[in-house]
Amino acid sequence: MNFKTLILATATSLLLAGTAMAQTAVKIGVLNDRSGVYADLSGEGSVIAARMAVEDFDAAGKGITVEIVSADHQNKPDVASNIARQWYDQDGVDLIVDVPTSSAAFAVNEITREKNKIFMNSGAGSADLTGAQCSPNTVHWTYDTWALAKGTGTAMVEQGNDKWFFITADYAFGHALERDTMAIVEASGGEVVGTVRHPFPGTDFSSYLLQAQASGAQVIGLANAGGDTVNTIKQASEFGITQAGQALAGLLIFITDIHALGLETAQGLVLTESFYWDLNDETRAWSERFAAENDGKKPTMVHAGVYASVLHYLKAVEATGGKETEALMAEMKSTPTSDPLFGEGMVREDGRKIHDMYLFKVKAPADSTGAWDYYELLATIPADQAFRPIEDGGCAFLAE
Amino acid sequence: MFELLGIPPQALFGQLLLGLINGSFYALLSLGLAVIFGLLNIINFSHGAQYMMGAFVAWMLLTYTGINYWWALLIVPLVVGASGVVIERLMISRLYHLDHLYGLLLTFGLALIIQGLFRNQYGVSGLPYSIPAELSGGTNLGFMFLPNYRGWVIVASVVVCFATWFAIEKTRLGAYLRAATENPTLVGAFGINVPRMITLTYGFGVALAALAGVLAAPIYSVNPNMGADLIIVVFAVVVIGGMGSILGAILTGFGLGIVEGLTRVFYPEGSAVVIFVIMAIVLLVKPAGLFGRTQ
Repeated sequence: MNFKTLILATATSLLLAGTAMAQTAVKIGVLNDRSGVYADLSGEGSVIAARMAVEDFDAAGKGITVEIVSADHQNKPDVASNIARQWYDQDGVDLIVDVPTSSAAFAVNEITREKNKIFMNSGAGSADLTGAQCSPNTVHWTYDTWALAKGTGTAMVEQGNDKWFFITADYAFGHALERDTMAIVEASGGEVVGTVRHPFPGTDFSSYLLQAQASGAQVIGLANAGGDTVNTIKQASEFGITQAGQALAGLLIFITDIHALGLETAQGLVLTESFYWDLNDETRAWSERFAAENDGKKPTMVHAGVYASVLHYLKAVEATGGKETEALMAEMKSTPTSDPLFGEGMVREDGRKIHDMYLFKVKAPADSTGAWDYYELLATIPADQAFRPIEDGGCAFLAE
Repeated sequence: MFELLGIPPQALFGQLLLGLINGSFYALLSLGLAVIFGLLNIINFSHGAQYMMGAFVAWMLLTYTGINYWWALLIVPLVVGASGVVIERLMISRLYHLDHLYGLLLTFGLALIIQGLFRNQYGVSGLPYSIPAELSGGTNLGFMFLPNYRGWVIVASVVVCFATWFAIEKTRLGAYLRAATENPTLVGAFGINVPRMITLTYGFGVALAALAGVLAAPIYSVNPNMGADLIIVVFAVVVIGGMGSILGAILTGFGLGIVEGLTRVFYPEGSAVVIFVIMAIVLLVKPAGLFGRTQ
């Protein structure tokens, strides 16, 4: 398998020559989609975010040498496994971050556990990463399917939309999102009248939309992501689905998707995210620096998650003075997290990162002041309610 | 009211129509491939990238110069077709004396380069391109709501496919072209400039791909990867129809669109592979394809 490993940032610091401070060298691998449907929401932006974390932490000044490498897993689990193995076995990578596409994330999750390294996921959605497939070596940072279902699912049912039809991407992430949302809908008194699973990635969704229309559902839940969601929403408007009164629930929508759709088509969508660039002064300041390096494009929550997770990892390296896996994981779970993007939070025993989630509504074109001014905050879902309770996840290693 | 395998007939008609719309794109793209293969013996793997270029050039015309969809339908095939002519003159023409495989590798490499360049410049999320005002809205057919634009895609595709078939099979120019592929030396001896004819044929095939790209721009997001997945399916269509068969490419394009559409109803998980299953069966039973001639 040929893949390009780009050495993007080498913070080699010889500044400390002469001092007696201990030198620790860590190597971080940013593994994500650099060319496919998820490249804009993760991709090079995640590498920029990781580099910013290293700079902001002032790793060099603290005697920690950080090297960042990156690779394209093409959203394929087999490619992801090969890269992860090579990184751990031959290239001396200590930490893998990002890894969108749940099926690829599961592969990296397994290999990381086998090699006893550390995996901090930002891009993937399946809540099974801290549930059935949980691992003592994994932290799941940014969001998961349970949190998305909780946010958007609950909000839609509360508005009286209780008959659902799902259009689901046919792989691990779509299945998990569909399952978690169904559970929320049914628990809130709603009903699921049908589902259809489409190959991933897809281009034409009109056939599924027509099936959804015929089902008589009030809400069409889109359990897919990225370009698939963009195309589904576009075609729903083309086929008059939304105009005829059915509501769309985009269960995972990134700000880059809204940017691609344009507000004219996307307005009124309700969605759940854990980060938005325009939340407060700190997120605005960080996002401005990020955009300056990313062709003016604002960060997604995945980029924010990569930044915050690398920052938390480096703090643990500093605190433990080394890179021994058990010590680092224990340190990361026992120390509360604190960063400008997600605020105060914690990493739970099962690896789930806990923070507030936000329910947003996409603005109408008239209400937007310009590019990237897309969301209006509807509600904040407090951290203690946003994620699945630890006892419901069925995480096996906790019982040991 | 009868039902077929649990699907009410109205829903079925709707799905058949949707299949026909997708088939329109398959037909237009496989037609271009068939023309190029039939007359140049080149397997044009950059066809998907040229389709994507069609959509992008339409988007650029609208965004940077304000030129609307209707003009784009005319201008884009000319511009992208001209780029095809340049590629044929500079690169492909040097490979005619070699095995097919070299042409395939060259055009595949070109496709990767073109897609990479666009991806670098525009990202992968896609760019919005609106449906022209004249074709927005839709018509209620009783069994489904047909967006006017999709109806237009079917009509445009059928007209272009028929015109191409007619030009190649029924006109004097088409006869020259067909003769030139059989025996270029002899046709050249009659005073016909064979290399120029071949160059223009490649340009025409590319222009067809670009036209499909313009038609697709308002439906799918304009995105550098839009041709990459499609091209594999379109190759399967050409193989099933019979390499080089013009009529085969058109009929199989529409036919397989419908088969795929029905699969989406009865077994959606299989819709990505159904065409390849059919391809495997056709290759086993009739290796030259449904409409191909064994040489």
